[in-house]
Amino acid sequence: MYVADSRASTSAHAAVRPSAGRRRAAVAPTVLALGTVSLVTDVSSEMVTAVLPLYLVSGLGLSPLGFGLLDGIYNGFSALVRLVGGHFADRGGGRHKWVAGIGYGISAVCKPLLLVAHALTPIGVVLAADRTGKGLRTAPRDALISLASTPGTRGRAFGVHRAMDTAGALLGPLAAFLILRATVDGYDAVFTVSFCVAVLGVLVLVLFVPGGRGGPGGPGEAAPAERPTVRAALALLRRRDLRRITVCALLLGLATVSDSFVYLLLQRRLGVPDRWFALLPLGTAAAFLLLAVPLGRLADRVGRWAVFLAGHGALLVAYALLLTSWHGAGLPYLVLALHGGFYAATDGVLMAAASDSVPDGLRSSGLAVVQTGQALTRFACSLLFGAAWTVWGDRAALAGAAAALAACAAFSLTLRPERTVTA
Amino acid sequence: MTVRRRVLILVSAVAVLAAVGLASVLHASARADRRDHVQAGGPRVTPGAVTLRDPGRLVFRNMAWGPHRDELTAVPADAPGGPRTASGLKCLRFYAASGAGVCLQAVHGAVSDTYRALVLDSRLRTVHRYDVPGIPSRARVSPTGHFAAWTAFVGGDSYAGTDFSTRAAIVDTRSGELIPSLEAFRIVRDGHPYRAADANFWGVTFAADDRTFYATLATKGRTYLVRGDLRRRTVTTLHADVECPSLSPDGTRVAYKKRVAGLPKDAPWRLYVLDLRTMRETPLAETRSVDDQAVWKDARTVVYALPGDYGADLYEVPADGSGRAHRISSAAVSPAYLD
Repeated sequence: MYVADSRASTSAHAAVRPSAGRRRAAVAPTVLALGTVSLVTDVSSEMVTAVLPLYLVSGLGLSPLGFGLLDGIYNGFSALVRLVGGHFADRGGGRHKWVAGIGYGISAVCKPLLLVAHALTPIGVVLAADRTGKGLRTAPRDALISLASTPGTRGRAFGVHRAMDTAGALLGPLAAFLILRATVDGYDAVFTVSFCVAVLGVLVLVLFVPGGRGGPGGPGEAAPAERPTVRAALALLRRRDLRRITVCALLLGLATVSDSFVYLLLQRRLGVPDRWFALLPLGTAAAFLLLAVPLGRLADRVGRWAVFLAGHGALLVAYALLLTSWHGAGLPYLVLALHGGFYAATDGVLMAAASDSVPDGLRSSGLAVVQTGQALTRFACSLLFGAAWTVWGDRAALAGAAAALAACAAFSLTLRPERTVTA
Repeated sequence: MTVRRRVLILVSAVAVLAAVGLASVLHASARADRRDHVQAGGPRVTPGAVTLRDPGRLVFRNMAWGPHRDELTAVPADAPGGPRTASGLKCLRFYAASGAGVCLQAVHGAVSDTYRALVLDSRLRTVHRYDVPGIPSRARVSPTGHFAAWTAFVGGDSYAGTDFSTRAAIVDTRSGELIPSLEAFRIVRDGHPYRAADANFWGVTFAADDRTFYATLATKGRTYLVRGDLRRRTVTTLHADVECPSLSPDGTRVAYKKRVAGLPKDAPWRLYVLDLRTMRETPLAETRSVDDQAVWKDARTVVYALPGDYGADLYEVPADGSGRAHRISSAAVSPAYLD
């Protein structure tokens, strides 16, 4: 399978999905089903995220400051959960669906718990459980997407999934505020509806995503050396291609300034008015939504690595625009479009690229390793960036990040995996 | 399972889930309707004229159920539990001094709520209007009425975001000139210039000289009382572990909430008074956790809100640590004693 993956894209997968392989072929039903699950789940989770600050301050009268103190510790734990989730999903010949289902289920159960958690500690525990569910499901879900599509169309499959996912993230806050409007501070109604929506997501997964056992390709085809043990998962990093991808993802992650800093910089350097501040993430999401599919398709055609690096190029341009002293009216839009484009060109595309280098039997573990490494270096970048901001100010910190990004991108260019799959 | 069967299961589940969701929305909306009806045993509220130049009166946000919920209402300062006169102006947070007021209110938009600050004249007419970047938390007006300040919580936007920050703004009520964030001020900590990306300010309180103010600075997990200078645009740390300071009428003491070690994480504060000349802290007699910026009723008494059956109730306690706390008015928040 692994060899088939890297070179000939048609034979093995064509047997599973005869219609796939052509450029204009439909996206696999499994990918659409997973996209629907993500869309629905994101509606549910973003409903809660959108009202949470309001609920804590106005609904419960709590002071939310210092709430994020445990975030650092939790980031480490979340990374561990991700790796464990990836490993368990690969065992027993691929239980991706069920591990992902448990992840979605945990997050769903957290919603009604918010109805009874009225103090900071229980709310913190519920949010932590919610994120554990998210950590658990991400790698198996991406493995399912990659296993359900042919190597030549993976970029597009991930693009379709990410677009649907982002659409849900945009709809969630809207749904929450419509409910709050209809009920005047009816946070309990928001949480209840969010729970119902989350259950729907789990149901779609259970009913319409084919079981992991004997997924496309089947478990039996994995060579004995690729049995899904922890050791085999670690041995994946001995594969040159995956190691290169991981190293590049880590390095580039180290120079990827977190979203909140980008929005803060937009506001400080470009003078975005306060009332628009809360809308900045929507700008990124809208660009991500619009560009995910076209850039995924482009990645299938011209090579994932090229698009992945170009995405970081877009981020570099965004940094440069934030550093210039030119303050045109359209600049915030341009920066947000580039920021969204960066996600569209890197998020799903990286998974598509990594999928090419991981055998089917270890797909979840392999993707989890890449995702976890990236998440950890991005977190490290946040800490470094915050420290640099403190010591040298925002402009110098951003200039440093831009230089680091340029250096990492140049280095990644030299590491470019030799075997890139195109359709 | 056949596709038909699966679709059937999904459709039935959607019907059940939609029914549950709809029921919860209807239930919440019926509860909201009840709040518009006067609650038996609650304070009497009648519409009438409220002005901010009315010595001997206390103005606060009325939280009692009925048609005047959330409106600014006036009561005699010596009978705060008595009948209320409702102004018709709805505010989440409010303060007033010397005939000038500040009202932080929600603006219900089509797809989301936004917040704004109104600078009011003595007849509650809007003089200036500003966008507030998050959920309003504290409001103050200087004793002269020439400056107003507010604090807002700015929420995180990451997944299940828990990173909150605060934004404290100060406005000149005469010119309308706004300082959108105190983060633009230079910080002097322990005698040295200090810079931090995580610097947060909240809970501004003004001195009578139109230049000095006090506020809370939080950085690296610690809070400080800072003295600010509006002309030099600096803040200087004075004392650690001080939140939501409130300057006494004579400008010598600060009432504040202090995070006391060993208390539960969700109720960590106690009311204290700090003497600015001796830097001596005096715990007040209130035994519960107070999350409010207190106001001085007079030189000897502070008033603050605690959670109550209808949102919040007002309490008072002697400022010298003696006596005990008692409730002066229920279903009320954001008090201002008029002068």
